[in-house]
Amino acid sequence: MSDPRIIWNVLLRRELLVSLRRRSEIANPLFFFLIVCALFPLGLGPSPALLAGMAPGILWIVALLAVLMASDGLFRSDYDDGTLEQVLLSPVPLYVTSLVKVLAHWLLSGLPLTLLSPLLAMMLQMPPQGIPALLASLALGTLVLSFIAAIGAALTVGLKRGGVLLSLLVLPLFVPALIFGSAAVQRAVLGMDSSAPLALLGAMAIMFVLVAPLAIAGALRVSHDQ
Amino acid sequence: MWAWFHKWSSPRWFYQLSGTLLPWLAVISLAALIVGVAWGLMFVPPDYKQGNSFRIIYIHVPAAAVAMAGYLLMATAGAISLIWRIKLADMVLKCAAPIGAALTFLALVTGAIWGKPTWGTWWVWDARITSVLVLFFLYIGIIALYEAFDNKEAAGRASAILALVGAVNIPIIYWSVEWWYSLHQPASISFTGESSIHPQMLRPLLLTITGFYCFFGWVLLLKVRNEILHRERSTRWVRDLILSR
Amino acid sequence: MYFETVAELLAMDGHGPYVWAAYGITFATLVWLVAQPLVAKRRQLRELRGFLRRTEGA
Repeated sequence: MSDPRIIWNVLLRRELLVSLRRRSEIANPLFFFLIVCALFPLGLGPSPALLAGMAPGILWIVALLAVLMASDGLFRSDYDDGTLEQVLLSPVPLYVTSLVKVLAHWLLSGLPLTLLSPLLAMMLQMPPQGIPALLASLALGTLVLSFIAAIGAALTVGLKRGGVLLSLLVLPLFVPALIFGSAAVQRAVLGMDSSAPLALLGAMAIMFVLVAPLAIAGALRVSHDQ
Repeated sequence: MWAWFHKWSSPRWFYQLSGTLLPWLAVISLAALIVGVAWGLMFVPPDYKQGNSFRIIYIHVPAAAVAMAGYLLMATAGAISLIWRIKLADMVLKCAAPIGAALTFLALVTGAIWGKPTWGTWWVWDARITSVLVLFFLYIGIIALYEAFDNKEAAGRASAILALVGAVNIPIIYWSVEWWYSLHQPASISFTGESSIHPQMLRPLLLTITGFYCFFGWVLLLKVRNEILHRERSTRWVRDLILSR
Repeated sequence: MYFETVAELLAMDGHGPYVWAAYGITFATLVWLVAQPLVAKRRQLRELRGFLRRTEGA
């Protein structure tokens, strides 16, 4: 267990394998994304012009809620079955374990969500020139959102009713990602340059990937001790 | 320095010291608030653009300023409580949250009331208002998280982590909201900038800002002292204190 | 004094309702903020005395 690459491979493979065995947990947030996006035309009316104008915002907000829902159970099974205790005792730093866990989670939730988004963009009449920016902003954005949501999930994992509380803790922190992400898509749709908001999202992604695991590790210790 | 630090972090010492500090804070805050508000309401001439509605500034700006400073204090207390495991910092964090939330709420409500005669609408999605709204949500999150834990030690540590995460995010939130507003700037809204404020109008404002800061300290000390009595109720000094009354 | 009469002070050239509502809400909130810990303290002292009497008696 000395080579960091081995730790990385073993941990990442374990996370992916465990998650892949529970297919419905991967599929459910995607169906949530699909269904809620389909509700918007029903609530707003089918006018293509109206939908096209709102599509970037709708897609981003629904993706954000889907990430939030997917993250709710991120540490729950590890907490319930005692895996978390073993992880805390293991020689691998909790920082690394948390980082790998959230990355694995993103690979199976944020990334599929991103890949599904062009389909929904077309259904919401979004002009196709916005698609590359939509893919890029959601790929980076869901990474940021996953790491923020993981902090909330780690804080609330020991509580009986964590669900609504998690959204109270985490949604205000989602504001910058939502602003930069939806603005990138909106600008691309209007034919403007969207590299500035995307670069900011990228900077946020780097920052949160490096810093959030510290908070996640601390939060897991608190949840375990209580 | 360390001796000083440890002395200060002892609940008993803090209880005694805050007892002597308390009347001063109360007197200063009440005096500054009464004089500042009376001055601002009755003696200062109205703003040449906004008329008399500008007098709301004397409560709106202090509430917003202290609400933000309150979050900073809370995050600092959270950091101290996490690093040195000092119980007192934990209590400060817990007690500051509801005061900060109430002041943020006041800043939003007085801002909305001010907005009606000035902009013709109660609510505008302006950069500053939106940032304060997000600050209010952050306070709500801290209070909700603290209340959700049965174990109060875990509650303190969890809220401390959340307060620190929030403090790291506040500059990003603030800056992103500014950026968002600059993209969608509506042309119809113009707000007289603070830079143009007349010195005659500024003096009572400084008084009410002082008053609000002292008020925050006063209520915070009252709450922390209650918390100390509650947590130390089985110790000898609390027993002596209660019986000597 | 900027205003000539009390009526003028209350009306504030039509802005009176806004200004006084803002000050009223602020006043109520500040009073509530101070009153809460003061009431809590009285209740707590009463409870603590009972708690001490019970533990001393035992």
